[in-house]
Amino acid sequence: MFRRLPEALSAARVVRLVVDGEAVEAREGDSLAAALLAAGRVACRTTPVGGAPRAPYCMMGVCFECLVSVDGMGSRQACLVEVREGMRVETQRGARELGR
Amino acid sequence: MRRDEADFAVVGGGLVGTAVAWGLARLGRRVLVLDEGDVAHRASRGNFALVWVQSKGMGMPRYATWTRLSSDSWAGFAAELARETGVDVRFERPGGFSLALGEAELEKRVAQIRRLHNQPEMVVDNGFEVVDRARLDAMLPGLGPEVAGGVYCPFDGHANSLKLLRALNEGLRIAGATCLSSCTVDAIAPVAGGFRIDHRGGVAMAGRVVLAAGIGNARLAPMVGLRAEVRPQRGQVLVTERLQPFLRHPVVTVRQTDEGSVMLGDSQEEAGLDETVGTPVIATIAERATRMFPLLGRANVVRSWAALRVMTKDGFPIYERSAAHPGAFLVTCHSGVTLAAAHALHLAPMLDAGALPADFAPFGARRFDVPATA
Repeated sequence: MFRRLPEALSAARVVRLVVDGEAVEAREGDSLAAALLAAGRVACRTTPVGGAPRAPYCMMGVCFECLVSVDGMGSRQACLVEVREGMRVETQRGARELGR
Repeated sequence: MRRDEADFAVVGGGLVGTAVAWGLARLGRRVLVLDEGDVAHRASRGNFALVWVQSKGMGMPRYATWTRLSSDSWAGFAAELARETGVDVRFERPGGFSLALGEAELEKRVAQIRRLHNQPEMVVDNGFEVVDRARLDAMLPGLGPEVAGGVYCPFDGHANSLKLLRALNEGLRIAGATCLSSCTVDAIAPVAGGFRIDHRGGVAMAGRVVLAAGIGNARLAPMVGLRAEVRPQRGQVLVTERLQPFLRHPVVTVRQTDEGSVMLGDSQEEAGLDETVGTPVIATIAERATRMFPLLGRANVVRSWAALRVMTKDGFPIYERSAAHPGAFLVTCHSGVTLAAAHALHLAPMLDAGALPADFAPFGARRFDVPATA
């Protein structure tokens, strides 16, 4: 669905994440939401009531569609989090669990 | 200009008005509901949605009995609404708690509830239990270290009050009632055979009129020889993001809704008609909630709001028939959710019969005429 511009590919260093237990490559400076989209992991969560899949949408902190768990903390807005080497990301299935 | 005729005109389209109106419509009456619209203060959109028994009736045992009757009627009420409208209002009665932070709070709480139940005219046994910390831990998850104990009542429950309002409106529609919005009532005049009501959308003629307009009752009641000394009392509420179910029992200030949000309440503030949210109050609400359930501190709060309770001087409802104009009735309370079942299934038939029973005398406004005794 998305691919990186060639100049972006050559410029930035590779950052490795773990998404749902699998290795995913991102680029330094990516927001987590952009990295997930670029890696083809479009559906980042399912909704709490209807269970419908959701993807990052506004990419600027407004719509709260891109909620994921980052390093054990649930409901983080992936578009406002910058990727870091070794970051552990989990997609959220339904409502967040209290305390996670 | 629109002209309506009805057996009953109900002024007020909140939970009190629609519950009474639905109760009358289900008895086959032609009902007209006149709602003021979104300029009204809308306690029915801002409440905490408890169906609550344990603390009710100190100073008026009749209120405890009435509240319990409503709690006991709620399951049937919800089932009938679901059958008729397809809307499940998500009523549950798993028993509820009030929790004490520290021994001093617990002692105070237990003394209050004992005093309530030891009143000589208290005829209903609400089965409250004082629960110590060890037993609490088996019933509620992840309690903070300061929680000393609590009071449990098996008849406490909760519902989804927005779905309730929706179901009542849908039920009224199905029953053929007329519900008009943006119809502030300007004048109610007793005329031959009933009442003439002038409102912003036109004129209505009704055999009887029921005032269920919340704070607006204060203005309307004198038009039909009644008095409604009610004042707004502000309550503020916080709500979290939706979370996996973790809290089965409602706590008086913390409850998890049917869709997973956790509501945190609630304040009692004398602030007139001011509906603004204040940081000091919501900070206190959040602080107490996280002392009860520390993990809530990690949840995201997504909304906060303030709403206005409709309070009488003693906090009890007023149910009264006008002596001067016997077809006019006043209904006001601050527990529109808890009492919805009683209003629909028990009060409406009384209004339909044209009189309140003798044992409703304690609910009359005359009680405010005598100085309170110790």
